[in-house]
Amino acid sequence: MMIRLDRRRFLGGAASIAGFLSLPLAARASQSMGFDEARHLLSRTAFGPIPADIQSLSGIDYATAVDRMLANPRRAAVTPAPSWVNEGLKSVREEQREAVEKLRAAGTDKKQAAGIRRPIQEQGRELRNWWVEEMLVTDQPLVERMTLFWHNHFTSSMQKVRFAPALYHQNALFRREALGNFATLLKAVARDPAMLIYLDGVRSVARQPNENFGRELLELFTLGEGHYAEADIKAAARAFTGWSIDPATGAFADHVRQHDGGEKTFLGQTGRFGGEDIIAILLRNPHTAETIVRKLWLEFVSLRPDPDEVKRLAAVFRTGGYEIKPLMRAMFLSSAFRDPANRGGLIKSPVDLIVGTVRVLGLPVPDKTGLVRMMQGLGQLPFDPPNVKGWTGGETWISTYTLLLRQQFLRRMVEATTVASMDGGMAMGGGRPNRRADRKQQAPADGAAMQQLPVEGRSLRNAGETARLGPTLTGVDQEALVRALLPRQPIDGVDLAAAPGTVVASAMLDSAYQLK
Amino acid sequence: MDRRNFLLGAGAVSVALASRAALADTGAPPRVLLLVELKGGNDGLNTLIPYADPKYRELRPSIGVARDSVLQLDEKVGLHHKLEPLMEAWKARDFAVVQGVGYPYPNRSHFRSIEIWDTASASSQTLSEGWVAQAFKGVPLPRGAGVDSIVIDTNALPVTGPELRTIVMQDAENFLRAAQGLRDSAGMRDSGNPALRHLLDVRHEVNAAAAGLRDRLHDGASPAFAYQDPGFGRQLDLATRILMAKVPVIAIKVALNGFDTHANQVPTQERLLGILATDLAILRRNLIAADLWKNVTVLTYSEFGRRARQNASGGTDHGTAAPHFVMGGRVRGGLHGTYPSLADLQDGDLRYSVDFRTVFSTMAQGCWGVRADFGVRQPHRLDLLST
Repeated sequence: MMIRLDRRRFLGGAASIAGFLSLPLAARASQSMGFDEARHLLSRTAFGPIPADIQSLSGIDYATAVDRMLANPRRAAVTPAPSWVNEGLKSVREEQREAVEKLRAAGTDKKQAAGIRRPIQEQGRELRNWWVEEMLVTDQPLVERMTLFWHNHFTSSMQKVRFAPALYHQNALFRREALGNFATLLKAVARDPAMLIYLDGVRSVARQPNENFGRELLELFTLGEGHYAEADIKAAARAFTGWSIDPATGAFADHVRQHDGGEKTFLGQTGRFGGEDIIAILLRNPHTAETIVRKLWLEFVSLRPDPDEVKRLAAVFRTGGYEIKPLMRAMFLSSAFRDPANRGGLIKSPVDLIVGTVRVLGLPVPDKTGLVRMMQGLGQLPFDPPNVKGWTGGETWISTYTLLLRQQFLRRMVEATTVASMDGGMAMGGGRPNRRADRKQQAPADGAAMQQLPVEGRSLRNAGETARLGPTLTGVDQEALVRALLPRQPIDGVDLAAAPGTVVASAMLDSAYQLK
Repeated sequence: MDRRNFLLGAGAVSVALASRAALADTGAPPRVLLLVELKGGNDGLNTLIPYADPKYRELRPSIGVARDSVLQLDEKVGLHHKLEPLMEAWKARDFAVVQGVGYPYPNRSHFRSIEIWDTASASSQTLSEGWVAQAFKGVPLPRGAGVDSIVIDTNALPVTGPELRTIVMQDAENFLRAAQGLRDSAGMRDSGNPALRHLLDVRHEVNAAAAGLRDRLHDGASPAFAYQDPGFGRQLDLATRILMAKVPVIAIKVALNGFDTHANQVPTQERLLGILATDLAILRRNLIAADLWKNVTVLTYSEFGRRARQNASGGTDHGTAAPHFVMGGRVRGGLHGTYPSLADLQDGDLRYSVDFRTVFSTMAQGCWGVRADFGVRQPHRLDLLST
């Protein structure tokens, strides 16, 4: 496929690695960080950095760039909210019931059933599309990355919550405090309606406290396993009783009469604690900051957190009153983050891969549903983490299944109209003269999603000089394209003498493109 | 296939040698578990019908199966008439029905309950590894053909875990073609980068599996009898080819979708049970013809059964326990476990009589000779498989 025999033209191998690295060194001014470090910083803080962004950042001093990035974080989304975000819980549930009734009445009559929309599913779909749109259009991708990080930390899922307005407002909270204050965020999350539904706080009353939220609060949101006892979970659960939601609006409601006002012993302290007291105690415990820093490290720095550095940064975090910006600044300026050996040391999440690729190619994608379905196929459906622990991420993003699916997605992106022919292929179950038609019939959910991706019809790989690159990539020479697209030298090799479209296609299909 | 084109690059020679060696190390044919997931929650009460119980008519006034159409297995219960193709196996005593399979504190969310089954967890516990993978913790597997389990479906959770090399594919041709797009990465250097190491390892796994499958499937024979359903039958066709090619896997998973019958259940469930029975009966004939039936155990499972009482829409809502099927040349046919009492419902749901984890534990012991109790305190294995 991509294999050309003129090996000298390949990037890869010792000689070409040097060539790969020498250019930025030569071009580097005294204070400017250079192309490759700018690329590294953007690959971790933006989506699929485009060459022009890397270029403009490369000319300035590294610390200045980090400060600029953190200076004025956006606290609200650019994309207009869906129309239903202020709808009440009762009315959504009623509409859902009506729709389900109609669907039942329609029975197997597919024509009749086709026009009936269930609001919970429909709003969930619109909510996901809305967020993907925001990731694509935002001028502050770091804020979206942090929002996604908090979504994966304080998990809630559409599957369980079944009330999109609450998840929209939770997402708005994560964005507002994305680079704000963790203590503020934690306090707000404990009263957040989506969280109260997700972890059964709504059902937790003095007579029968539900331990779900208390358990995850200690195990996942703050201290981490091994730093508390079962009795602490029980005490926390009692302290949060009464925090619930209004059944009509779905807004937070403090049902004082359902609160257990009795004495509790929590992590060695005794008192008539309420929810705020529990959170205050957790914020005084050094393990809380360590849990957050370790997780941020895995997300932004590398797959192998350095325990000493985690402790150091956690102390910065805690003593600084849990301000997130200074922590992120310290992390981006750390020698571990800047270590060139660390470039390409993380695996792109499905959201990273899909949003980044669409951004880099400058593809117009008016309907985001196909992208969302691809995210689901690759194992990261926004607003539906697999369980309360969130997406495991890291190495688990890539399995034999998802690796092939990722490649398939990328192939669709770079050549929307052609299907790679199979060299000397062996047909299973007889010949298949029309493979595409066959596949359409047989394709499972994931395959079907790919077919529906509204990709502009152009084949980068085979169109040679006539391939039209989007404005994001035009006018960039082949070497810069590869250096912008890949965090390290290609694994399979990219022929730099080929047309720019071909180079972009080979770089995206190279396994190094899976890394950031 | 043009091997030169495919294997070009540094690792080519060693890979070619490795796959040759793998082909040679086939000893006794492996015992394979064929998992059949019935997605959506199959209605057990209309699958294995307690036809003699007057309470059944009371709970199922309009969707209940008429007594005279039930295929009676004993004086109390019988199979839905659409399962008739399985009666051949029933008579041959290699088809077992385990009654009342479920778990304590049942969860009624599709998503969560199938996760509980797939990971053999307690209802309150969240595990990330599949039960088959857990069973092989610390158990060395023959490195065979570069793949330990094959999922011909989208949900690979039961066989997901570091112990198993699992390949998910919808059809072999697409998988092999996709694998061909990735040159083998054996011998490529990772420069001490763990993310890159992982990526190269997975690539190698894909290639090793493709190499192991390509020649075997190419040379393997075709099933003697054609499957009927374009979806489920196609999955079983590939499963049969894999078995006939003697790819040394320990598990294959297929699935049949659409059992979530909240409204107008009868035509939907009848169609699905018909597909299931017809193609499973063909699978049995194919594997008997290929002299493989003794090496294979088929096990159905589903996230839950459905509520005992039908709803107002001629359907049933999410419930709890249900019967499941076990078939194979070494299966002790007949009824196992006890049917949940219709007189002793818990909030309108059947009480389970067999914990699904004891079924899994029995499979782990009987198919692969590994001990795993999946956290059940007093595991009592079922007498489902002969040695």
